[in-house]
Amino acid sequence: MSSELPRTLEQYRHAVRAHELSAEEYLGETRQLIERGDPQVKAFLHLRLDAARSDAQAADPSSPLAGAPIAVKDNIMMAGERCTCGSRILEHYVAPYSATVVQSLLAAGAVVPGKTNLDEFAMGSSTENSAFFPTHNPADLSRVPGGSSGGSTAAVAAGFALGAIGSDTGGSVRQPAAFCGVVGFKPTYGLVSRYGLVAFGSSLDCIGPIARSVRDAAIMMNVMAAHDPKDATSVKRPHVDFEAALQPTLAGKRVGIIRELQGLDVQPEIAAAMETTRKAAVKSGASIVEVSVPHILSALPVYYIIAPAECSANLGRFDGVRYGLHEDGRDMTETYSRTRNTGFGTEVKRRILIGAFVLSAGYYDAYYKKAASVRQLITDELDAALQSADVLLTPTTPTTAFKLGAVTDPLEMYKADVFTIPADLAGAPAISFPAGKDTAGLPVGLQLMGPRWSDADVLSCANVLFTALGGES
Amino acid sequence: MTTTIGLEIHVQLATQTKMFCGCSTAFGDEPNTHVCPVCLGLPGALPTLNAQAVRLAVRIATALGCTVHEVSEFSRKNYFYPDLPKSYQITQFDRPIATGGSLPIVTEQGGRSVRLTRAHIEEDAGKSMHAADITLGGETLVDFNRCGMPLVEIVTEPDMQSGDEAYEFLHNLRRLVRWLGVSSGDMEKGAMRCDVNVSVSPDPAKLGTKVEIKNLNSFRSVKRAIDYEEQRQAQCIADGTPIMMESRHFDEVQGTTTAMRSKEASNDYRYFPEPDLPLLQLDPTELESVRAQMPELPWEMQSRFERDLNLSPYDAALLTEEHSTAEFFQQTIALYDNPKKLASYMGTEVARLLNERGKTLSETQLTPATLAGLLTMVEKGAISNTASKDVLPMLVDSGVTPSEAVKSLGLEQVSDTSAIEGFAREVITENVTQVEQFRSGKEAVLGFLVGQLMKKSKGKANPKLAGEILRTLLKP
Repeated sequence: MSSELPRTLEQYRHAVRAHELSAEEYLGETRQLIERGDPQVKAFLHLRLDAARSDAQAADPSSPLAGAPIAVKDNIMMAGERCTCGSRILEHYVAPYSATVVQSLLAAGAVVPGKTNLDEFAMGSSTENSAFFPTHNPADLSRVPGGSSGGSTAAVAAGFALGAIGSDTGGSVRQPAAFCGVVGFKPTYGLVSRYGLVAFGSSLDCIGPIARSVRDAAIMMNVMAAHDPKDATSVKRPHVDFEAALQPTLAGKRVGIIRELQGLDVQPEIAAAMETTRKAAVKSGASIVEVSVPHILSALPVYYIIAPAECSANLGRFDGVRYGLHEDGRDMTETYSRTRNTGFGTEVKRRILIGAFVLSAGYYDAYYKKAASVRQLITDELDAALQSADVLLTPTTPTTAFKLGAVTDPLEMYKADVFTIPADLAGAPAISFPAGKDTAGLPVGLQLMGPRWSDADVLSCANVLFTALGGES
Repeated sequence: MTTTIGLEIHVQLATQTKMFCGCSTAFGDEPNTHVCPVCLGLPGALPTLNAQAVRLAVRIATALGCTVHEVSEFSRKNYFYPDLPKSYQITQFDRPIATGGSLPIVTEQGGRSVRLTRAHIEEDAGKSMHAADITLGGETLVDFNRCGMPLVEIVTEPDMQSGDEAYEFLHNLRRLVRWLGVSSGDMEKGAMRCDVNVSVSPDPAKLGTKVEIKNLNSFRSVKRAIDYEEQRQAQCIADGTPIMMESRHFDEVQGTTTAMRSKEASNDYRYFPEPDLPLLQLDPTELESVRAQMPELPWEMQSRFERDLNLSPYDAALLTEEHSTAEFFQQTIALYDNPKKLASYMGTEVARLLNERGKTLSETQLTPATLAGLLTMVEKGAISNTASKDVLPMLVDSGVTPSEAVKSLGLEQVSDTSAIEGFAREVITENVTQVEQFRSGKEAVLGFLVGQLMKKSKGKANPKLAGEILRTLLKP
């Protein structure tokens, strides 16, 4: 075994194929890192390191992922493993089947070391809404890793896995990736199967890769992107090799800056990172264009109507009748009420209530229906803007990682999603990549967004900028 | 008093698999054996639409003259109930697959059309089995085999005025769905279920208060429930007691309706578009080909039989009750050109036999050719009408031709000398004692020997000829 451990999935795969490293050896190293570091980071809800060792022993070095450890967010089913969604209501729930994406990853030679922590049912931006414990940011243990895929991003940042999968409904892959200094990619809605992802906002939910480099995210996307007949919203498209599509420059690319987001209050180092990245883009052959998305600032309120509406229906099934937590009451209604009152946390309850309200008779038109039409409007505006730009560059977050417990007002917390939500509403691909650090040494993440089905292009552009700013190629 | 009735009918579509998953739709199996993550609503599972269910729904909507929409939408209907595992039912709300249309009915008052409001596709819920149905300590258990079964819900306009009309409507709808092969229409197995809305008003120009009746398990129950409800509401009006807008439960045994436990408030189902399913888009050319390939509908065929074949309304209705019967009839008249005689024979003799055997026509060996052959023999005087009743069971059970059956039943005399001679020689060999007696002059023994011969020929031999041949052969 070589003296230096590979830092990326790409390097790992190379080392394994060159017989410089075995999957089992690498997993052994990973295990040490986890056992040493996870008691502080708390990225995992459940570990399966012994099972992972057997999986690593059996891994085919020539398979696409060659036995690389890939962590799985605990709202994605892996047969035989618990799937808690970070909630008391599913604390003891064992997945009876595997998500399509998990099947694909396993078939491609991934080894799953464990299931990662998250905000309960993926609702949150800090992983503090986990019913079990918060996850800490490996860059600064006093800070949050972001959320809701905070466990997955922390695991990748801390070296507990070479990659991870998360789910992104309003930024839940990209925002924690920015906070933890890793890459998080939300694909076009319909590119990656949702089958086996516990639904939060079904029209928004996307499973995406979290990785140490953009190239690694592309390698993972090659495994994850496929039409799935089990998901009616999954779309049949010609096969794309995302890794092979990575280009060396931005020659001829138009990088758009959204006018309406200019006035937003962002941390100075993030504004500076935007400036540095613009320059790097130009240097790499891109032109910078200003585009307008007039209603983009309505994205946040629209999202906080549509996502809760869908979640209020999606989470109805956790009623204590067939599985999960059951709290007996005198009659069915009381049983439902007690089960759900005990089983759900505050944020989940808040969103269920908001959702039930915006769908209720007399309010549906004013809230849900209105939100759905504004969503369409924003989507159309983004489509129009992306006629004059190939990708749009924005910060991923207004600030870098905040301290645990620092943000208590839910509305303040929601604002952390202002840059990420538009891509979810439009179903468009978007990526967060590390772009330096702030004065406290905390990672800064920037976002590139493209038109639907331009995933390969978004990854390629992000790869150029990421490497130009010093990331692994 | 004017009674106004509207119906909401759920028709279970005759698919092999459920609406949104691959589970079997087989009826009557062990509880919870046809289930999977999708129909159990397990976390992470997603629905995928059964294309065959859509085809069947389009077929029925087209036959009902509905406007079938090229684009329709699924919605979630949210409510909590233990037999609803997702806590919402996937149905269609704002944009159903079909609107409008009508179904003809015939009652003693004559024929007319009942207008339809809409038809939409949805999934069934599971089945709660309460203490009364089970022996497990008074618990309620749920069978999810039915959960996710494909349904079409057909909603009528408030266009009916009596229990008889509602009965006729349901009867004709069931005839149609069976005719088209889109559903078994079997109410006992829950393949057709019906909720009824009844309102009685003293003013014919104004509708009364709408009362919904549930738990109607047969056409007869529908009629009985409406008849009772009509009376009850009329009594309320006469007494000046207010009629509540409510759901009532029909009691099969008592023949009465009782108010169901009122829910706290009116149910708010919080419908919204189902994000897990894209809009349902139908190919206009496919819709056109469904229209073009629509077979003659039962009521169309029925009036053609009355008009062109001069059949009685009774016979025409009977023959068009089932598509296979109608087809059988049409194939038979091509071979036997007496529709009235055939219709009456099918309605009496054939129907009686089928009834005795508990079979449908297609489950027997009878074919249009054999039935036409039999009736032709009767027509030509080859056998009597009475004799035909002995032949028919053979045609039904064993599939022989009419002439074979007639022959084997000995309904045709055998006068073939050589055949009788063969029997005679056997009789002589087998009855040595009697032969001796005859030869020694006992004439009377010949009668016994003729009897033996008749037995051997199963009664077919011409007895006179048999006696003559025996006498010749016994000559010393």
